[in-house]
Amino acid sequence: MTAIPDVEHVQGEPRQPVLSLRGISKHFGAVSALTNVDLDVHAGEVVALVGDNGAGKSTLVKILAGVHQPTSGTIAFGGEHVVLSDPSTALGLGIATVFQDLALCENLDVVANIFLGRELNPLRLDEVSMELRAWTLLNELSARIPSVREPVASLSGGQRQTVAIARSLLTEPKLILLDEPTAALGVAQTAEVLDLVERVRARGLGVIMISHNMEDVRAVADRIVVLRLGRNNGEFEPDVSNQDLVTAITGADENSVSRRASRRRAHQSPEIGR
Amino acid sequence: MTDDTQRVSTARLLDRSDERVKHADTLGNTIRAFVDRVRSGDLGSLPVVVGLIVICTAFESLNPVFLAPNNLVNLLFDCSTVGVISLGIVCILMVGEIDLSVGSVSGFASALVGVLWVGQDWPVAVAIVTALMLGAAIGALYAFLFNRLGMPSFVSTLAGLLAWLGLQLYLLGSSGSINLPYGSPLVNFGQMLVMPPVVSYVLAALASLIMFVTGYRTAARRRAAGLSASSLSRMVLKALLVTIVLEFAVYYLNLGRGIPWMFGLFVGLCVVMNYALTRTKWGRSMSAVGGNREAARRAGINVRRVYLSAFVLCSTLAAAGGILAAARLASSSQQAGTGDVNLNAIAAAVIGGTSLFGGRGSAYSALLGVIVIQSIASGLTLLDLSSSLRYMITGAVLAIAVIVDSLARRSRLSHGRA
Repeated sequence: MTAIPDVEHVQGEPRQPVLSLRGISKHFGAVSALTNVDLDVHAGEVVALVGDNGAGKSTLVKILAGVHQPTSGTIAFGGEHVVLSDPSTALGLGIATVFQDLALCENLDVVANIFLGRELNPLRLDEVSMELRAWTLLNELSARIPSVREPVASLSGGQRQTVAIARSLLTEPKLILLDEPTAALGVAQTAEVLDLVERVRARGLGVIMISHNMEDVRAVADRIVVLRLGRNNGEFEPDVSNQDLVTAITGADENSVSRRASRRRAHQSPEIGR
Repeated sequence: MTDDTQRVSTARLLDRSDERVKHADTLGNTIRAFVDRVRSGDLGSLPVVVGLIVICTAFESLNPVFLAPNNLVNLLFDCSTVGVISLGIVCILMVGEIDLSVGSVSGFASALVGVLWVGQDWPVAVAIVTALMLGAAIGALYAFLFNRLGMPSFVSTLAGLLAWLGLQLYLLGSSGSINLPYGSPLVNFGQMLVMPPVVSYVLAALASLIMFVTGYRTAARRRAAGLSASSLSRMVLKALLVTIVLEFAVYYLNLGRGIPWMFGLFVGLCVVMNYALTRTKWGRSMSAVGGNREAARRAGINVRRVYLSAFVLCSTLAAAGGILAAARLASSSQQAGTGDVNLNAIAAAVIGGTSLFGGRGSAYSALLGVIVIQSIASGLTLLDLSSSLRYMITGAVLAIAVIVDSLARRSRLSHGRA
């Protein structure tokens, strides 16, 4: 696709993708969750990954997070070929992930969850600095967390989601993967997360965002990549028409969405005509 | 008036900006918060305290010797051996696994020390270190079976229970037991050595002093960082209470033989373990793995290494407990580590408040739990009850403890406290 004009880039240098996937396939037994998927993400770019349920979006994110290993295909990160054998490798490279199921430890408090695996001062935990940093991160997200010293079990779904997002921002990552980041959020928090995605892009990081909400996708994405049944099924600019996008996602002009739309039109037209 | 100024000053604190959260800043509020916590299932050490009071009144009314200073001193000697094993159980329960073979490992270690030291004339220190290292190796074996072969710890340690018991019997051979020499440092440590009164008073004072100083420094740092901190008066009050309780306990025990060094060692291990579990990255990983293994893995924690550390610590502490038990009895026998040792160690950890479901626990639960278990054992022995009745009563106590744990867990879940 064409370069996105409104993003600040280091001028003059050829654009090299932060992340580039080639021919990624993943089989779970007889099921092919992903087949030959290619994906590029550049610095300062938000790529939206869309697709129906079961299209392989979350599987792709898990491969990038090091949770699953691809059956075949290559991953290049920062121009170098990498093998993401476990989550710590991915984190070490600078790939931060907000998982769909959030992956929080409910028995630990908010501070412990945000700093899990990256505690300050390993032999004598620096609780005060960690708590301060946690509050700073959460306030940046305009989070409404009553207390960071309560176990995560006492938080609501949206609050947990904010905690998971705050955790991904803790280390300065190069690439952030957001799997349905706004699914459980209220109006204000959704706007904050979208703002955040834009701030992250302005800092020159790459973002991959999965969402079912086309409004959110259009609002922040520089490029929309469609997956269907585990394969690439087109790339679009954010100003693509809803019709085209739905067609790519469902794989047919004639689909449940278009049928529903035409039914509504048919239902409304007599009233308009009156 | 003071109330108003307080409100103004707390309004600016970073962690007190949300008006929905209740804060316990006065004594009344503190008590109310405690009641709320207990009602929601966060029992802490309350069952132990209640249990101990019930046990003490019951046995004291049946036999006034029970609370006599020297009986309590003996109780502390007995506590230390099982307690050290129970401390290992706390570690393994933290990650949500179990080790059923701690009794056999302790018996094996005691037999090994007897054979190497008395039978083979090795220096006692070398024999002890060898036994501890073999204990660690057993833990590493369990961890290998668990991490690489996916064998549930329940099964692998059940197999270990039989295997190490067999090894213990093989080592002791036909004689069946080896007497450890009286008057040797190890046996003295297990039977006689008590702290001089001055030392025990100073240690008790030092404990509350350290508690106060660390609390004060944390509060000062938090205040400097703009976070809420507990007030000075509250910390002084707490330190005074702890000092009074500890010094009275020390005074009472010094009316008898005094506080055993072996118990001092056990408490020292508990303090170190508590620090490691609550204040280090390793401890945080242990709770995380016990709470949500997959989340811990995705946070970049090396989950296998955490399991390895838990299994190794558990078996090593079991071996240490076995050596202490041999010192206590001045013999390595076929009976060492058999019978109720296994279940007493596990029961102690659970009674003390460490959850069988992983992710919740404290090193002090071993200390508190083992005192409860040994009090029951000691009281029943004083009543001259047969071991058949002792087993039944201890079994009932364990069942009650687990029921309390399960009910509290259910209540915690419904009140949003994991």
